[in-house]
Amino acid sequence: MPRSATSSAPASGGLQSLLASREIVITCGSGGVGKTTVAASIAAMAAAQLGGKVLVLTVDPARRLATALGLEQFGNVETRVPDELFADAGVSPRGELWAAMLDTKESWDELVRAHAPDATTRDTILANPLYRNITGKFVQSHDYIAMERLYEIHRSGRYDLIVVDTPPTRNAIDFLEAPERMADFFSSRLLRWLITPARSRLVNVASKPFYTIADRILGSQFLTDIAEFFVLFQSMYDGFVERAEAVTRTLSDRRTSFVVVSTLEDGPVREAEFFITELLRRDLNLGAVVLNKVLPEWLTDEAAGEVAAHLVRDHDALAQTLTTDDADGMGDPAQVSRVLREVGQSYLDYRVVATREREQAVELASHAGFMVAAPYLDHDIADLTGLLALGQRIW
Amino acid sequence: MARPARLELLERRLLFVTGKGGVGKTSIAAALGLLAAQRGQQTLIVEIDAKGSLRDVFESAALSFTPAPLAPNLFGMVMNTEESLKEYLRLQMHIPFLGRIGPLAKSLDFVATAAPGVREILTVGKIAWEVRERHYDLVVVDASATGHVIGQLAAPEAINDLVKVGRVRDQTRWMLDLLSDPLITGAVVVATPEEMPVTETLELVDRLEAETQVPLASVVVNKVLPELFGRGEQEVFDHLRTPAPAARLAAAVDGPVEPLLDGAQLAVTLRRTRAEHITRLRNELPEDLPLLYVPYLFTRTHGLRATHTIAEALGAELGF
Repeated sequence: MPRSATSSAPASGGLQSLLASREIVITCGSGGVGKTTVAASIAAMAAAQLGGKVLVLTVDPARRLATALGLEQFGNVETRVPDELFADAGVSPRGELWAAMLDTKESWDELVRAHAPDATTRDTILANPLYRNITGKFVQSHDYIAMERLYEIHRSGRYDLIVVDTPPTRNAIDFLEAPERMADFFSSRLLRWLITPARSRLVNVASKPFYTIADRILGSQFLTDIAEFFVLFQSMYDGFVERAEAVTRTLSDRRTSFVVVSTLEDGPVREAEFFITELLRRDLNLGAVVLNKVLPEWLTDEAAGEVAAHLVRDHDALAQTLTTDDADGMGDPAQVSRVLREVGQSYLDYRVVATREREQAVELASHAGFMVAAPYLDHDIADLTGLLALGQRIW
Repeated sequence: MARPARLELLERRLLFVTGKGGVGKTSIAAALGLLAAQRGQQTLIVEIDAKGSLRDVFESAALSFTPAPLAPNLFGMVMNTEESLKEYLRLQMHIPFLGRIGPLAKSLDFVATAAPGVREILTVGKIAWEVRERHYDLVVVDASATGHVIGQLAAPEAINDLVKVGRVRDQTRWMLDLLSDPLITGAVVVATPEEMPVTETLELVDRLEAETQVPLASVVVNKVLPELFGRGEQEVFDHLRTPAPAARLAAAVDGPVEPLLDGAQLAVTLRRTRAEHITRLRNELPEDLPLLYVPYLFTRTHGLRATHTIAEALGAELGF
């Protein structure tokens, strides 16, 4: 039985009713599609129109976006977007808009502080070079901590709506699996193997070959370092596994919805389709698909296309006609001719792209019931007014 | 780090092509590889994120860890850390019986989740090995996007810091030598002339220099829009858009002209906005860093034909 009908049916009343009926909205999609901007823009709209306390939790905002939200230092701490910014945009908001950025390292440290059984363990972990490397340099940790932080904020009950901009993952579903992977890891046999030599010199039969090889490759000192680190981490086992499971539950809760953001370029569309499929397969709630940077429809106008071809073909003759009884000072026929040709050619060029985009949109629509499109803006969004204007278009 | 003067991009033996998601990394990596192959270099393209984009731009069959031909002189492979580990154990550690190390291979995912840089080093290690063994004249890596590439390229150094003895430390040393040699290795950062990609490119360039030893080779500005009007023509166009001339044009062609004029105006505005971003990029990048420009392609699809077009454009930029 197709499962999309009940659990994943998009909200019927557009983004507005989706945002009014959810507590967590997670935007996802491939890099460069404007995910962060869309997240900020729908959060701003929700705060302005629906009221309540709305938080936009973003991963790596453009400095300009921070400025647009009136936030100079954009950090791990939740900050309120000043009402004057709404006033500047001519809006008197019904609710409050808050913003925070995800600082991976800081969030991990907080997690350790929360779960360490005692001060000594806490300090040893925080100072451990392996820990610092994992949290600072290596990539998988971002995915988990983003979801963990979301869970923590949601549970605090401080906000009516949290809009989350997901981290740029290698693979769009990585962050969905991160909590499970983390729980799996802490429950794994491998972890026990790693810890064994630090606990006792007795290496059992099953893990002996593993150690023989690992020892040759990594050197025993490094293995001891790893083991020590995991023994420390193991002390937080219960807290971690419980948390990871709770995070997973929050993601699949009815109060959580996913918004897939995509442009209509090949790559992002393919990734959006993949993501939609994965969401449905996991019984997660697909709230809406937001198409960003969409070229205007009139670029595919058929009659205009014929005129464009006409211009490209007959630009010289047309320039002659326009400049002969030159009532309004058209100018040099050679220049007019070149302009006509360029105008025609440019239309034909953009028509190819706009047509391709329209096909892509049709295909995406077949996967997702509810879709809104935002136009290609000829400028970057620089303030709250811009964010609200974009929000208005997709509301 | 000093950049060797006028070293041609393709004279290096290892190129990491990176950039923000969506800027066309794979297309540029593919086109660079194709260009080198066309010039007679035995070339391997390595796709790091197994998304299948590489096979799309070559319209080839599915690619795997074992290199497969894509074009004359050109081979493609997809990185797979588990295969890489098996190959490493077989070739370097002389451990051929993989059945015996079942737990290791099976648990790789767990190890990689926790132990720092295991995945990264298996990725970079395999690539560096192909270069060291001179199986190819040039290895082009369709590397990870901005967020992940630093971790990958810095992995040998990080491991080198963490592991004080053992085989891995010996291994990371030659990798570092190879990766840090500007005559051998170069990073190519792809950007598009838009705000975020330019900002991220500038940040990435700084981080590459600060946090990795991989020398920066070039920045490719992709999807550059064409200039519509030359000197004096903009005025003619602006005049043409006013009601009376527009009406006369409509009468002359006997059809709707408004979409065309609006379309041309949109094209002019987009081009102008993007030009500002290009200027910012050029002004803020190190002066001796070469910039290569690739035009926006108004094509139906992004298959093999587009890859050839981009290769041609890059060839022209490199003066071939």
